Amino acid sequence: MKTLRNVALGMTLAVAGASVASATELTIAIVNNGHMINMQKVAEAYTAETGVELNWVSLEEGVLREQVTSDTATGGGQYDIINIGMQEAPIWGAAGWIEPLNFGAAYDIDDMLPAMRNGLSHNGTLYAAPFYGESSMVMYRKDLTDAAGVSVRNNDSWSNIKAAAAAIHNPDAGVYGACLRGKPGWGDNMAFITTVVNSFGGAWFDKDMRPTIDSVQWHDAINFYVDLLGNYGPPGSEGNSFNEILALYNEGKCGMWIDATIAASFLTVDGVAYAQSPNAGNPVGANWLWAWAMAVPAGSPNAEESKKFIEWATSKEYIKAVADHPEFGWGSVPTGTRASTYAYPEFQAAAGFAAAEMAAIESAAPGATDLKPYVGVQFAAIPEFPEVGSAVAQEMAAALSGAKSVADALAASQAAAEAIMSEAGYF
Amino acid sequence: MAAIGSRSKLGDILWPVVAWTVALIFFFPIFWMVFTSFKTDADAVKPEFLFFFTPTLENYLNMTENYDYWRFAINSVITASFATIFALAVGVPAAYAMAFNPTKRTKDVLVWMLSTKMLPAAAVLYPMTYLTKNFLNIFDTHFLVILVLCLINLPIVIWMLFTYFKEIPKEIIEAGQMDGVNTWGEIKDILLPLAWGGLASTALLCFIFCWNEAYWTVRLTTTEAATLSKLIEGNRAPEGLFFGRLSAVSTAAVGPIVVLGWFCQKQLVQGLTFGAVK
Repeated sequence: MKTLRNVALGMTLAVAGASVASATELTIAIVNNGHMINMQKVAEAYTAETGVELNWVSLEEGVLREQVTSDTATGGGQYDIINIGMQEAPIWGAAGWIEPLNFGAAYDIDDMLPAMRNGLSHNGTLYAAPFYGESSMVMYRKDLTDAAGVSVRNNDSWSNIKAAAAAIHNPDAGVYGACLRGKPGWGDNMAFITTVVNSFGGAWFDKDMRPTIDSVQWHDAINFYVDLLGNYGPPGSEGNSFNEILALYNEGKCGMWIDATIAASFLTVDGVAYAQSPNAGNPVGANWLWAWAMAVPAGSPNAEESKKFIEWATSKEYIKAVADHPEFGWGSVPTGTRASTYAYPEFQAAAGFAAAEMAAIESAAPGATDLKPYVGVQFAAIPEFPEVGSAVAQEMAAALSGAKSVADALAASQAAAEAIMSEAGYF
Repeated sequence: MAAIGSRSKLGDILWPVVAWTVALIFFFPIFWMVFTSFKTDADAVKPEFLFFFTPTLENYLNMTENYDYWRFAINSVITASFATIFALAVGVPAAYAMAFNPTKRTKDVLVWMLSTKMLPAAAVLYPMTYLTKNFLNIFDTHFLVILVLCLINLPIVIWMLFTYFKEIPKEIIEAGQMDGVNTWGEIKDILLPLAWGGLASTALLCFIFCWNEAYWTVRLTTTEAATLSKLIEGNRAPEGLFFGRLSAVSTAAVGPIVVLGWFCQKQLVQGLTFGAVK
């Protein structure tokens, strides 16, 4: 009993101690990806220089969103800095859930790529600063296409992409013509599928925000996707997303991969060439736009220190620090955020993809158009999109695996999307 | 008689085969998780490396170097152990009172306690976060995690102990009373030795539930009191999974509880079958 009493007393003291935490400790909620893991090591220099202790909390994307919203709704304070994407930044900024970011002149905000700056702003105010940005492009094995006597061009037609995939497809030798995302998730298979649909002239919603998933464009796009990946993709593609395909690609299993430009910095296989995303003739284009960014949740007791850290972690200085770090180098710097990164000769030498990546980011068109009456390329910047996208993602995976026909999957997707949007009060 | 004999022989072969098949089906996911934890992330998704690959400890090294496994593991041990101790400390007297001194409301109380398990956790997430963070100032502390784990498992602990205690003849307790044993003595010297198997299995199950709890331990902690559930959660990456790494983290998270269950299986089986055959 004495031991129990001591433990209870100890815990009470611990509780009391927790309430007088140091003001220079920042708790940072991050998603688990390579650049964020690298940042934890590079930021040791920041702690050494400023004395600010950094506590990193790695969370799954969905849980991170849930925790941030519950934290904000209850007055904040759990996290000082959070990772968010381009889908959330303008919405959360408009809702007042995250703080506006204003940095000093040395930050050189004009150096930030306009597509990233606009995508992370609301009404001209920046709410999240990007630590890496991406568009999408074709990453293909030129040694294989040359050997097969085919070529892949910038903004190629989908029919030529399919012909090239067929020509290099050699499953007996363990090489698959096209590796594409198939794993269900609004940020997984739907990121790629949405760009295919866009390029076929389709969109998620019409001007009244009614879902248009049962349109001819969606039928054409999904039939093409299922045909391409089903015939020339690796087995079990419905379970593959970015990381799985990256692993396959680096093992020489993929002849062609259309995915995030950031993938290029992780490719280790020889003979890779790059081309701008294919299109089916749509002026909007088919390459997506995304950024993982850092924001300060409203209610953070350390808002000023947090902004200072974000200013450092998304600066030119940080990119140089990664390049100079003994464990990393120019091939590991976070790309897609600043024009100055692409001007370094060392980066150009280390990153053969630099020009293609820059061109893809600059040509991405996230703005609303007559064809696509909402902001976002591979997503719609509305709060309901993750729910709609996730429901449709399951149906697309079912169509890919053969569990459902494309027509049935699209009909079910349309019904699910209509129910969600109707419940949300759009119509 | 011959027919019965041959049926019995058939049963001798059939039932072990069925039992082994069922056991293997249940065990296979755990085996596969451990197996995959020794593959690189690249090998983990390659069909040709399903069974034949070069084993590596890379995922385990990465887990300890980059993810501070031991901090999460120690938090899991502390919170699950104390939550179990406190649940038993409250549960044993409660079950004793209801088993040996029931009132006409005892059954209602038992059903009410169980009904609290039907409350969807998500329904009280915001009030819990608000109260613990803004008023009680105990958010992300061991105290809060222990309290929550203890309370959510208390109904099951009391129900299980009540069931075991009911199997003990009341006359034994009364004999003790005749000899002048006080209430604490009845529990300590008569009840607990008789219900030892049940108590051990209740404690073990409670510990397992506490160890595996993920909803609250992920949501009511940030860094200080985060348990292994939060470590696993953090290894679910956006845009796909690192299967090798995730398998290693999951193996290291369930490993201690599997070992504990292995050593305590005698008590567990004894407790779970207590009173099943009279």
